[in-house]
Amino acid sequence: MPGAIYAEGLVKTFGDVRALDGVDLDVPEGTVLGLLGPNGAGKTTAVRCLTTLLRPDSGKAVVAGLDVLKQPNEVRRSIGLSGQFAAVDEYLTGRENLQMVGQLYQMKARAAKARAGELLDQFHLTDAADRPAKTYSGGMRRRLDLAAALVVSPPVMFMDEPTTGLDPRNRQQLWEVIKQLVSGGTTLLLTTQYLEEADHLAHDIAVVDQGHVIARGTSDQLKARTGGERVEVVVHEREHIASAREVLAGFGKGDTTVEDHMRKITVPVSGGAKLLAEVIRELDVRGIEIDDIGLRRPTLDDVFLSLTGHVAEIRDEENGASADTKQQKEASE
Amino acid sequence: MSAVTDAARTAAPANPLGQSVRDSLVVAKRNLIRMSRIPEMVIFGLIQPIMFVVLFSYVFGGSMQIGGSTSPADYKNFLMAGIFAQTVTFATAGAGAGIADDMHKGLIDRFRSLPMARGAVLTGRTLADLVQTALTLMVLAVVALLVGWRVGSYGDTNAGKVLGAFGLLLLLGYAFTWIGALIGLTVRTPEAATSGGLIWLFPVTFISAAFVDSGNMTPWLRHIAEWNPFSATVQACRVLFANPGQSQSDAWPMQHPVWASLIYSVLIIIVFRTLAVRKYRSATA
Repeated sequence: MPGAIYAEGLVKTFGDVRALDGVDLDVPEGTVLGLLGPNGAGKTTAVRCLTTLLRPDSGKAVVAGLDVLKQPNEVRRSIGLSGQFAAVDEYLTGRENLQMVGQLYQMKARAAKARAGELLDQFHLTDAADRPAKTYSGGMRRRLDLAAALVVSPPVMFMDEPTTGLDPRNRQQLWEVIKQLVSGGTTLLLTTQYLEEADHLAHDIAVVDQGHVIARGTSDQLKARTGGERVEVVVHEREHIASAREVLAGFGKGDTTVEDHMRKITVPVSGGAKLLAEVIRELDVRGIEIDDIGLRRPTLDDVFLSLTGHVAEIRDEENGASADTKQQKEASE
Repeated sequence: MSAVTDAARTAAPANPLGQSVRDSLVVAKRNLIRMSRIPEMVIFGLIQPIMFVVLFSYVFGGSMQIGGSTSPADYKNFLMAGIFAQTVTFATAGAGAGIADDMHKGLIDRFRSLPMARGAVLTGRTLADLVQTALTLMVLAVVALLVGWRVGSYGDTNAGKVLGAFGLLLLLGYAFTWIGALIGLTVRTPEAATSGGLIWLFPVTFISAAFVDSGNMTPWLRHIAEWNPFSATVQACRVLFANPGQSQSDAWPMQHPVWASLIYSVLIIIVFRTLAVRKYRSATA
């Protein structure tokens, strides 16, 4: 039985750009899938195809047991979408926004009003409920947008970069809200460029790059794929780099790497904390003064690096121009 | 999939037409609330036609010949139907800008992801614009009366005919907001929709019987003016208001202006509503 969100071979092209190049997804009911990738990877296009906003060129999509291409209106009754841009009417109050969305989900006016009140409470917006949304802070707008997506408590939710542009405190708050939501059994597909976010919220992660899913698994599985832990040392004096490297090479399971400007030497190891203590002792014996030493386990950044050959953020900057062109292309379609 | 079946509580409405009307009214209400919170837009929308009334009456009034008369009073009585008609068509820009803004801000995406009637977002917007147009027309009629416009200045009329003329004006304005909706969905930025919604209106409203006697134009321009849908409504208003300067042309729309105005407006609505709703369904912000 396919999951609450299921896609097979989704393809969508915009001119020459293959925004989706055969994407397969399967999200079991009640779980969270994190769609992780840099700008222009195809995350948003995937969400738009699954939420009936965009018709894929080919492929199959089933959401909440309904065929997205054949029963789009039935799908719309079973999903909530919270977009990259907080899509609320800034001249309407928070309450008016939620009532409107409720009514457009075909609730009766009175039911929509009651539901709006509940959601405003739940999202700590009661004090601001009767102010126009344009007076809201960025975090409040995101909460309102999320509340709008939850008006009918849909069984399947899509969130496209829910915390992009939020400060860390607001991001934390929104994460708490999302966690509560999924603990209630909602199936969620979440896109993010923040590796930490996927790590934090998602049961499973699909890494997307250039319209392909290039890896999938749990956070731990993906980390295991990039190899194990490593020791990082930052020496105090530049002239100690060479000798420290020699020491680390003796303990390492692979090649050492040196970042000169940071006076940092890294080597993959196995042996954990015990080995770390040995490294420290040996450095001390040799009289090498260190500023920092640590045992690092792989982060999702490392996962992305090892999968794509680039760090996600750096890749973003390098490809910023082309990603923008692609978005414009999408917009002009 | 129990959660899924539970959620089907927002079951399909039995009556699609009823849903369409209801959704359109919900969206219209939203747009009216918006307008009430941006009063400066409504006020600017009023100032322009008022300026046109005052400038045309006093600047052109002394130099224009209408039906052989050079009396400024006759020109004022001639002019108002043209200004009214031009004002209602300017609602095009407002509708276009509003819809482009919704696209731009992602609201159209939200609406398109909801189980609502497909045309309701656009119908709601055009209905709200119709309310605004009606308010503008009311204010403008008062200003016109203040500067000396009178119905029945060139023959007899009655309240029913005068209201009928305003009805035709509103219908024309409503039809043109559908053109605006299509422009807004096509250009996607509010700025472009505002200018794109206005520029073509100048030739449409000036190559017409609105401000001058089209009988004095060169033949090819005169034919365009006489068959211009906009001229039909202007002529119909002059006939129904019993104001001077009615075209004596043999062209069918000038001979049967009320029918021509109705037919043109309904045709514009059918064509542009169809195009706009189709565009909306495939819209990607």
